[in-house]
Amino acid sequence: MNAASPKPVLEMRGIAKSFPGVKALEGVDLTLYPGQVTALIGENGAGKSTLVKILTGVYQPDGGTIVLDGTPVLFPTAEAAMDAGVSAIHQETVLFDELSVVENIFVGHQLTNRFGLLDWPAMRARTRAIMANIDPDIDPDTRLKDLGIARKHLVAIARALSVEATKIVIMDEPTAALSYKEVEDLYEIVERLKGQGKAILFISHKFEEIFRIADRYTVFRDGKPVGDGLVAEADTNKLISMMVGRTVEHIFPKIEVAPGGTVLEVQGLSHPTEFADISFSLRKGEILGFYGLVGAGRSEVMQALFGVTHPSAGTIRIEGKTIQPRTPIQAIDAGIVYVPEERGRQGAVTALPIFQNITLPSLARISRHGFLDLAKEFEITRHYAARLDLRASNLSQDVGTLSGGNQQKVVIGKWLATEPKVIILDEPTKGIDVGSKSAVHGFMSELASQGLSVIMVSSELPEILGMADRIVVMREGRIAGTFDRSAVDAEELVRHATGNTAKEAA
Amino acid sequence: MMAQFLKSRDVMLAGVILLLLVGIGIINPRFVQPGNLVEVFNDSSILIMVALAQMLVILTKCIDLSVSANIALTGMIVAMLNFYYPEIPVAALIAIAIIAGGMLGAINGLFIWKLGIPSIVVTLGTMSVYRGSVFLLSGGAWINAHQMSDAFKAVPRTVILGLPVLGWIGILTVLLIAVFLKMTRLGRSLYAAGGNPTAAVYAGIDVGRSRFYAYTIGGAIAGLAGYLWVSRYAVAYVEIAQGFELDTVAACVIGGISIAGGIGSVVGGVLGALFLGIVKNALPVIHISPFWQMAISGAVIIVAVVINARSERKVGRLILKEAQVHA
Amino acid sequence: MSTISAPTPPNATLTPRNIPDRLSLGWRRIFQRWETLLLVVAVLIFIFNAFASPYFLDPWSLSDATYNFTEKAIVALAMTFVIIAGDIDLSVASIIALASTAMGAAAAAGLGTPAIVVIGLGVGILCGAFNGFLVTRFQVPSIVATIGTMSLFRGISYVVLGDQAYTKYPSSFAWFGQGYVWWVITAEFAIFAVLSVILGVLLHKTSFGRRVFALGNNPVAARFSGVRVERIRFLLFLMTGTAAGIASVLLTSRLGATRPTIATGMELEAVTMAVLGGVNILGGSGTIPGVVIAAFVMGLVTFGFGLLNVPGIVMSIFVGALLIAVIALPILWRRFARRRA
Repeated sequence: MNAASPKPVLEMRGIAKSFPGVKALEGVDLTLYPGQVTALIGENGAGKSTLVKILTGVYQPDGGTIVLDGTPVLFPTAEAAMDAGVSAIHQETVLFDELSVVENIFVGHQLTNRFGLLDWPAMRARTRAIMANIDPDIDPDTRLKDLGIARKHLVAIARALSVEATKIVIMDEPTAALSYKEVEDLYEIVERLKGQGKAILFISHKFEEIFRIADRYTVFRDGKPVGDGLVAEADTNKLISMMVGRTVEHIFPKIEVAPGGTVLEVQGLSHPTEFADISFSLRKGEILGFYGLVGAGRSEVMQALFGVTHPSAGTIRIEGKTIQPRTPIQAIDAGIVYVPEERGRQGAVTALPIFQNITLPSLARISRHGFLDLAKEFEITRHYAARLDLRASNLSQDVGTLSGGNQQKVVIGKWLATEPKVIILDEPTKGIDVGSKSAVHGFMSELASQGLSVIMVSSELPEILGMADRIVVMREGRIAGTFDRSAVDAEELVRHATGNTAKEAA
Repeated sequence: MMAQFLKSRDVMLAGVILLLLVGIGIINPRFVQPGNLVEVFNDSSILIMVALAQMLVILTKCIDLSVSANIALTGMIVAMLNFYYPEIPVAALIAIAIIAGGMLGAINGLFIWKLGIPSIVVTLGTMSVYRGSVFLLSGGAWINAHQMSDAFKAVPRTVILGLPVLGWIGILTVLLIAVFLKMTRLGRSLYAAGGNPTAAVYAGIDVGRSRFYAYTIGGAIAGLAGYLWVSRYAVAYVEIAQGFELDTVAACVIGGISIAGGIGSVVGGVLGALFLGIVKNALPVIHISPFWQMAISGAVIIVAVVINARSERKVGRLILKEAQVHA
Repeated sequence: MSTISAPTPPNATLTPRNIPDRLSLGWRRIFQRWETLLLVVAVLIFIFNAFASPYFLDPWSLSDATYNFTEKAIVALAMTFVIIAGDIDLSVASIIALASTAMGAAAAAGLGTPAIVVIGLGVGILCGAFNGFLVTRFQVPSIVATIGTMSLFRGISYVVLGDQAYTKYPSSFAWFGQGYVWWVITAEFAIFAVLSVILGVLLHKTSFGRRVFALGNNPVAARFSGVRVERIRFLLFLMTGTAAGIASVLLTSRLGATRPTIATGMELEAVTMAVLGGVNILGGSGTIPGVVIAAFVMGLVTFGFGLLNVPGIVMSIFVGALLIAVIALPILWRRFARRRA
């Protein structure tokens, strides 16, 4: 594509990968060059993480070739990929909470002495050396579970840097949980890696970040590459239209609603480790957005409202009545329902049929003296399947066999069947396809216009700005600001979310 | 630093054991004399060894209910070999016991690794199969002391530096496992595989393979214990060590080894086994019927798991700056 | 925009896309069901037994054959619930021992049959409540908690009995384990049959049963859907305790004696019966009819081995191997089928 390009260090050609019922990747080409940062851009579910898993040996491709330094390679295991010089910074979930920082950095490729035994002093020394550039405050012997989410992320970065023979560093949304200062430090590290001639694959949602540090880009949509080139020759609009295949505007079918009286009022809600002094109110028919970095404590606040965790102080009032939900069922009875972020783990019982998921919270109401009423269950399910435009072959199909978007519709339908006053949607469009995404947005608008109050937790700025009436920004467990949609722009939200409030030119 | 040291589980458990010894000593001072304590340690050696074997498996988020059947089967194999072929040297019999035990463990490991069958099902099944095989092998007959060669019986009893060989083997096993767990990649991979199996895959660790090795090594230790058991008690029969698997699990639980995998230390396992060994040896000395032993170990397991569960309980994610540890 | 609102009751006219409630089950699907396969196995063993012994088909002999599985099967029915919910109760056999010891002590104190039975059931319920309390209050994994109580409950029996036994039960107490309800139908079998129906309905036809499945498949999502997870788990341990109490009454009555070793190893047989009946050991699926058929299969096999004069311990090899085989074979079969596809 560019005549001046150096010799590529890695070339992937025609990579394909399917899972039962889904084509995750098809005909994927990707080229990485030494000393350059290539940004991998795409929506959730576009196939980025599948590609990363193939490149790190966690998944095996069904077809295609990987050429590293001119020789075709296979990575049958994660160890093989690591040995070949590919290292990745995954998200915090792929670390070990019970093990120390040193161990997390070296697990799988520990240093050994001449007896073949582990050389702990050497590993500890190397950890200190690597950490000196990242966060010198972290003691190598601290157990990982005693660190906060941002610092866990720094340990994940240190892990990738610990492999000296690394040729390729994959960074999977490395800045998602980092504050402004930490992000700047990360950019420095990236520059240093570039200087050492390493190729970097940088996965990100944030365009300003891509324009700041990437040299090249590749855009994915629906498991296929739809464009690549030099960042210097691209602009945001071009990338977005490649990414979503359409313009941004008509994704957000927001209906303007004049909000009614206050439905939910939260005062000084606090938790020992997760959040402190959370106060906000929600009016009838309003969509209240919660924005912040990953790990800012938004989901934790929502789970406290829903009775999953127990706040240590503060009050929750719904329609003027004080409630103290100790269990989800008490929250549901009070009219608060929660569509969790982790759909497969917390939202849906994926091994049960659609209709059993839809009626699960309403069983007490629709059964006769404890006996199931299948006819009634199907009646309710048919109703919400129609309302939510569910795509399924039959209503007794297991939820796990549906696409992510349709699973989300089932979870939302389950709650609507309980006729709630407040619905909390936690990252409602994460990991679902574009079509379902706009269906969910349209539906959210419609619900609000009919008088339901909505709280929407989202890390996606366009979604927040496109859907919410007012926006609460959280940072490190506290509210950093509350804004009217009309009175705020993306930059301002990001500044509050990252703690870079001292205004400076972006 | 000191406060953290004192709060560590192993130190707390050691303190409890000291208190226990003091209490028993007040009732019967003879129990806490050095000579008797050596005897108690010697008597607990097999439990210590097999508890550590169990620990290897538990670290990987599995459980081995077949260890005691493994002991009975390997014990019977070497006892019968000794009876029918007294010319086989004892060293060779010990090697056979270790290999046979390792193979029985490997069978468990293969089902878990290659077929992904839950460990509790596999080892519940092999527990019956191995135990039944002792019957098939022996026809239900006993191998008694007079049918065993003197050399066969002598090994665990020989005293070196005031401690019988049985006790020395126990110490050696503890040291080898400690080095294995702390200083080898495979040893560390057991912690990783049990602590977070998903993350282990990303780190290049084959979780199933780690489990297979845990079972194989654990089985080999159980095999060695099989020889030691029949030679020390100078008898082999079908019901040997029946229910012993529960003692090994109990020792691990008391020693703070998390049944959910990934957490536990060799020191903890040893202390847990010692605790049970002391209780068992102390009962007759303080005039309590040995029939109390089962109920006491049951009660101790329950107390220990409740304490473990409380300490492992999650307080929540660390998000607030002030809640995080500054090292 | 449409005019539907969330809080309106379901309205059939709003169905633009017609998704059928369920797909009709073909014959193939019915034949592929685990229960069907088990039933075929049961019939084959039945035929084998009939050929192996001329006395087998005699109604009285068949009635006798039910004794070797009904007590275990009653425990297995309750175990089915616990396993589907993602837990396990390894203390059931020890509960039987403790309940039997309590009944023996009551009989020795001169109490009558009704009081003895109430005490037996009561001890079972209390033990179950204790397990449930440990598991739900302290969030202890059920496998460790019940390994502990397994030791504790039987340990108490040893403390009480040592190497002694209770053998003096009132003669009317013998009815439960030795009596007949009608013709050749034993009291034991009648109780098992009634419990099968009740528990089958409870698991498959009530909202309680539905919640058990939800909880076993995904306890977090079930909790997030307003299922009272801890309460249900507690009730299920209460249920296995009660079932063990019932089994203890029957077994003690049949043997007419209580020793601390009573019912040793029965937890393994109950778990095996449930797994053989198609219950997923990891929780989330299983049926009562499957477990009932599995109980018959194990009873028939035991009877067949008896005809062949095979000792009990060899039977236990068979049970152990069967437990692994019923899980391993479908996995191997699926792998084989995939490789051919």
